[in-house]
Amino acid sequence: MENKRKYVIPGDVITSGPYRPEQNVVLDGNKIISTTIGISEIYDDSVKVIPLTGKYIPKINDLVIGKVISHSSLSWELDINSCYVGFLPAQDVFGRDFSAHADDLTSKLKSGDLVAARIANFDRTRDPLLTISDRDLGKIDSGDLVEISPSKVPRLIDKRGTMIQTIEMATNAAITIGQNGWVVVSCDNPEGLLKAKKAIQMVDERAHIANLTDQVIEMLESKGEM
Amino acid sequence: MGGRESELVLLDENGIRCDGRKIDEPRKIMIRAGGLKNADGSAYIEFGDNKILVGVFGPRDVHPKHMSNTDTGILRVRYHMEPFSVTERKNPAPSRREIEISKVIKEALEPAVMLEKFPRTAVDVFIEVLQADGGTRCAALSAASVALADAGIPMRDMVAACAAGKVADTIILDVNNEEDQAGQADMPIGYMPNLKKITLLQLDGVLTPEEYKKCVETGINGCKIVYDLQKKALQEKYFGSGGDQ
Repeated sequence: MENKRKYVIPGDVITSGPYRPEQNVVLDGNKIISTTIGISEIYDDSVKVIPLTGKYIPKINDLVIGKVISHSSLSWELDINSCYVGFLPAQDVFGRDFSAHADDLTSKLKSGDLVAARIANFDRTRDPLLTISDRDLGKIDSGDLVEISPSKVPRLIDKRGTMIQTIEMATNAAITIGQNGWVVVSCDNPEGLLKAKKAIQMVDERAHIANLTDQVIEMLESKGEM
Repeated sequence: MGGRESELVLLDENGIRCDGRKIDEPRKIMIRAGGLKNADGSAYIEFGDNKILVGVFGPRDVHPKHMSNTDTGILRVRYHMEPFSVTERKNPAPSRREIEISKVIKEALEPAVMLEKFPRTAVDVFIEVLQADGGTRCAALSAASVALADAGIPMRDMVAACAAGKVADTIILDVNNEEDQAGQADMPIGYMPNLKKITLLQLDGVLTPEEYKKCVETGINGCKIVYDLQKKALQEKYFGSGGDQ
């Protein structure tokens, strides 16, 4: 098969034949057409396009970073950098014995707070339901928020997390990546924090470059000598 | 002819038009994707002397809420001409003509965008005509489609647009301002080149059935030229110079 990966724009015919259309492609007759700007990948039986642009669309089980916008007496509303607002029920935070009279929601989460949450449920009829009842989820007390394009998140994680591990090891920072493009970096050492943030921004800007990992390592090391 | 300016020759005996083009030659077109930092997607087009800037936002929350649709996202388009875009100052308030063009452009983009993936949201397209010289709706539609792709809105195909028309009893491609004023017919066409579908077709003037067919054909050829430039603009922004890998 010639060229497995290809740059495509909307309307480009990727291939034709008995393939299963996956992300960002549509089937028209027997032609498979890209619906977005990205890189097309053909596998044994399926075709998909990795997008290079676009907003975050919630997916069940995604880890996201949310910012509290407001709350009602029963739930919080979180900005999750998407076209929908995330919805975090109070019971999830206070536990089963939550009482709308007795408990004050602002005592746990105030507007502006950052929260690491998982998308518990989402479909086209309702806004995404979030949950924090899992390990490593919940309010984020310290760290800096870095915003990157959601379509670059897979590049930041890289194959089995190699890129993010490289950055974490070199700077001693703890990095939480939300699938929605929001990344929280915390590090005791201010220099490490700066370097980690710079590395993340580098990935965002140069995601399409082939030897990006080497460039990031070079940047991380060069600064360390200074 | 005394004091009056000499009559405009729309097409001379050598088949050269009033601005020096051949009958099947479009004006100079330049398209650039991106450029606006605060918009989710943007594009700039120069189509002859037309200069148009397009910004796209969304998918995002719908305000006012009652406009939202639980089955699908909605597309909203605003076509607006700057007061300085024409020789005589134009009132910046939306005119009858601008409202109509907003509607036609919206309806020409709708078959391409897949908004059913984003129920209860809106995609807003803002088109600002900085300088107008005939054929702005086609140029605006072409730029809007690039801006939508830049914003990452899923689309079945790009929409390319170009006008065809009739001057001096001849079918010509890409009608300019003079030809529009003095010509016999003007036909803007919006076209999805890969799906081979027409999304916009208007006609101002009278054509015989044969001329009509020729006119549509000519217009579609123009759309294909525009499409190549749209493609180039997006490739330049996203893939650098090369389309290899």
